[in-house]
Amino acid sequence: MLTRRHLVGAAGAGLALAGSGMSLRTAAAAGGLELPAALPQGLRDHVVLDALPGKKPLIKLSYRPPNYETPIEYFRTAITPNDAFFVRYHLSNIPEVDAKTWKIEVGGDGANGRAEFTLDDLKRLPAVELVAVNQCSGNRRGLFQPHVPGVEWGYGAMGCARWKGPRLKDLLDKAGLKKEAIEIVLEGADGPVTDKTPDFIKSIPVWKAIEDTTLVAYEMNGAPLPHLNGFPARVIVPGWTGTYWMKHINSISAVTKPDSNFWMKSAYRIPLGKFPLVARFTSQDSAVNTPISEMVVNSLITDPVDGATVRGTPVKIGGIAWDGGYGIRTVEISSDGGATWVEAKLGEDLGRFAFRTFSYQLSPKGAGKQTVMARATNKIGQTQTAELIHNPAGYHHNVIQSITFNVA
Amino acid sequence: MRALMVALAAVALTLPAAADEKPVELKKAPGLDTVEANCSGCHSLDYILMNSPYPNAALWNAEVTKMIKTFGAPISEADAKVIEDYLKKNYGS
Repeated sequence: MLTRRHLVGAAGAGLALAGSGMSLRTAAAAGGLELPAALPQGLRDHVVLDALPGKKPLIKLSYRPPNYETPIEYFRTAITPNDAFFVRYHLSNIPEVDAKTWKIEVGGDGANGRAEFTLDDLKRLPAVELVAVNQCSGNRRGLFQPHVPGVEWGYGAMGCARWKGPRLKDLLDKAGLKKEAIEIVLEGADGPVTDKTPDFIKSIPVWKAIEDTTLVAYEMNGAPLPHLNGFPARVIVPGWTGTYWMKHINSISAVTKPDSNFWMKSAYRIPLGKFPLVARFTSQDSAVNTPISEMVVNSLITDPVDGATVRGTPVKIGGIAWDGGYGIRTVEISSDGGATWVEAKLGEDLGRFAFRTFSYQLSPKGAGKQTVMARATNKIGQTQTAELIHNPAGYHHNVIQSITFNVA
Repeated sequence: MRALMVALAAVALTLPAAADEKPVELKKAPGLDTVEANCSGCHSLDYILMNSPYPNAALWNAEVTKMIKTFGAPISEADAKVIEDYLKKNYGS
């Protein structure tokens, strides 16, 4: 059933956004949008660049709920601009949140009491600033062969920003965390169109929730969060995939039993034992699978772009690398199909959760086609996979990327 | 149930959650009306385009079942069959 609350919320959002007049729509072909050939043909045929309110034109995969990815050109720097940061929603009812009346309620059977926080309350708590990558679990799902259903992301369902806000732990401490608490359940203001659809609710283990780096952020790159990135505040879970970074956060519950809602029990799961993970979420383990947790080590070549023609030598190879929070140790480049590798130069270190830029000056042997691969390794020795680790939901794609350009 | 479906479709037409959602045009073929009336209440129809044409018949059936059983879409059995046939014929492999 549609509820009145949902209709009012949706109507408000529609009117507010419709009035902004910010739309810019470009046919993919006309806009020079070169998407990887491995993506589903139906996506490649119909994708457009489209600007949501307050955003630059991004690669539109779906209008409603809005799923828009960031074009590769914005990944040439370690910080992704707010107006180019990707947008990902599961459900279509996305109310505009009034920061004056919005509040977070903290409680649950794993808490001694209850607490409430307005935006001003959050800003009065000690603030932490850190740079961290927010990457969708399904980034690069569209590159899976064979394809798996879902939002068919290319390379851009990710971004890296400087986040500011209090520690989640400080909010939990106001309510008082019982020692029996095992998970912290996170809920935001957005929701489904019908009450038969499971609302988007996620939990994280208590050990992760009380880490010094897990935040409730009200600032992103020195500005309030864009509406479509979780205004007025979202949870920051550095190192872990974006599914846990609850947007428009308005409810935080400490619980003594594992949360059993659809988005925990059935969705966002990876097969046990297939991925090299250190951070585990064992209270949610089943006999065959486990919740996705930390990101796998990965890299993206941003220069040159695949298929480009370059002139002059040497050719600058550039890109970014990241992982689940251990930090990048090396990025290696191969220009001979993976037979030999040489180390790229790493750029500024913005912290272990951030994008790390890399660059390498390649001297091609001559004119013609040149293929380049990049392979990142983190500080605990994990490296990218040569062969796709297939899994039903299309998560954790970190296959070594290979691009080909033409030397003129 | 019919009234509810109409209500859902009306929501899609009048209350887009995205900036200025443009209509997504699917192939004109038997069953399109049923697809538009049932599917677009909860999501824009570009979900179908981006997930095509790779799905085989079993996968399209499974996707429609998931929308009903997991996500609670109020779709009648008869309509579900029409939607599955449309997707398999027009957006399947």
